[in-house]
Amino acid sequence: MEEHTQHLFEMLSQVDGYIYPNELDLQWGILIVLYPYITGLVAGAFILASLERVFKVKVLKPTYHIALLTALSFLLVATLPLVSHLGKPLRAIEIMITPNGTSAMAIFGFIYLWYLMVVLLLELWFDYRRDMVIWAQQMKGFKRFVYRIFTLGVNDLSPKALRWDEKLGYFITIIGIPSAFLLHGYVGFIFGSVKANPWWSTVLMPVIFLFSAMVSGIALVMVVYLIISYIRKMKVDMKCLDMIGRYLLIALILDFSLESLDQIHRIYEAEESFEIISLLMSGQLTYTLLVFQVLLGTIIPLIVLTILQFYKKNIRLRQTLYMVVGFIVLIGIFFMRWNIVIGGQLFSKSFHGFTSFKLQLIGSEGILMAGLWLIIPIFILAFLLWLFPPWKKTEETAY
Amino acid sequence: MPKHIRRLLLLFAVLITLFIIVRQVLIPDSFGQFGHYRGLALEENKAHVARYVGTDICAECHWETMELKTADMHAEISCETCHGPGWKHIEEPEQGQLTIPEGREFCGTCHSRNPARSASLIAQVNLSDHNIETNCSECHNPHAPWN
Repeated sequence: MEEHTQHLFEMLSQVDGYIYPNELDLQWGILIVLYPYITGLVAGAFILASLERVFKVKVLKPTYHIALLTALSFLLVATLPLVSHLGKPLRAIEIMITPNGTSAMAIFGFIYLWYLMVVLLLELWFDYRRDMVIWAQQMKGFKRFVYRIFTLGVNDLSPKALRWDEKLGYFITIIGIPSAFLLHGYVGFIFGSVKANPWWSTVLMPVIFLFSAMVSGIALVMVVYLIISYIRKMKVDMKCLDMIGRYLLIALILDFSLESLDQIHRIYEAEESFEIISLLMSGQLTYTLLVFQVLLGTIIPLIVLTILQFYKKNIRLRQTLYMVVGFIVLIGIFFMRWNIVIGGQLFSKSFHGFTSFKLQLIGSEGILMAGLWLIIPIFILAFLLWLFPPWKKTEETAY
Repeated sequence: MPKHIRRLLLLFAVLITLFIIVRQVLIPDSFGQFGHYRGLALEENKAHVARYVGTDICAECHWETMELKTADMHAEISCETCHGPGWKHIEEPEQGQLTIPEGREFCGTCHSRNPARSASLIAQVNLSDHNIETNCSECHNPHAPWN
């Protein structure tokens, strides 16, 4: 009992003002921050790919397959931070077997499955089928085995069959755009619909999530494209890079405007929760919100990207700047998710106090675990690029 | 329709059928009996041994202490609030001894001064200046603090 009391005193030292007992510990840590972050990367990367295919922005062609494979690598891992957060991974299947119709989270399982099975895998399959048939005949060993399985045993490369691939692939990309919006808009909805939490509860949340997803997804594809070009010693297509930069700028402006609108709305409305939220923003979230998210993740990239719209001289410098911008935007969006997920749990629902959050290094909710879930998709991407190299696709189908 | 599309549709049909079969196998029989959960879970919970036995059971042997307690301020507080769950003690009175809490901090869990607690409902002292060297139970009998 004494030990328990000592623990209580220790816990109380992390509290400011008045909070309810169940608000002392944060239930959602860094793994839940990763959930919207990774899903956002997927949706954003896919939207960039669809710009090329559906909206005919042909200059983005070099990144089309990279964007799709990046989206797939991250999508495969998107739910794993949640599963590891739950601690009982085998129970994850329950959400699919006996979904509760009134739970927002339960329906996400099906949205995820739809996006994985019907959109992303099928689009890639139609894109790569011709190449897989050809590669299955050329290659040996493991690769040949995998391609054989993926072609479903059909080697039909007749013009009719290829036309079907082309048309169905296009059709799926069209379905894919609203699906990508749904995937990440839904994650925003899960947070935005928590009416008890004034930091989350706003109708703008799905839209903000969507635009921040585009920002992070485009930035990720830009960084991946630059790194791949560097490793493979390929010449970077500057027209493509400039176009990605332009879309990143547009997405950033829209995202920044929406988030500002949300904040201005809060400030002008000044509801009863406003005082605690303004204390939260100027206190506990100073660094993560004002420095990392706004300054590093938004304002500096906005300035640099605007300059890059006019500055066209030194190619090497431009590439370096795009790389740096890509990275700081990715950091900025990570902290945007952090500020939402962690920030929303730091203040008491009584609006009279704060708890605090200390991130662990090791353990199931620590930095190392989070790092693991961010590194695994990169390995998956490397594997997928090895198995399905976009640069080895035959010209006719190199969509 | 080309052959590969037919194969693809077949694959999806197989996957969906497999999902439906797996679902049928994995859903427990009693699921949905009373609501969106496994009905038998209620039976299983009922079968658990109660760890907290309740004041009436304590009173069967410790009636003297109980008489003392019911006449004073701690009358409403269950024995197991301070002594912990009593199920083992019931089964094996000698081995399953209950804890006797000691120390000022333990009493302080309820009685240390806290502005958020109403002083008219619960007696509170400042632990850092109220008879610092003395254990609470030296002056107050925990079963009858005002006796």
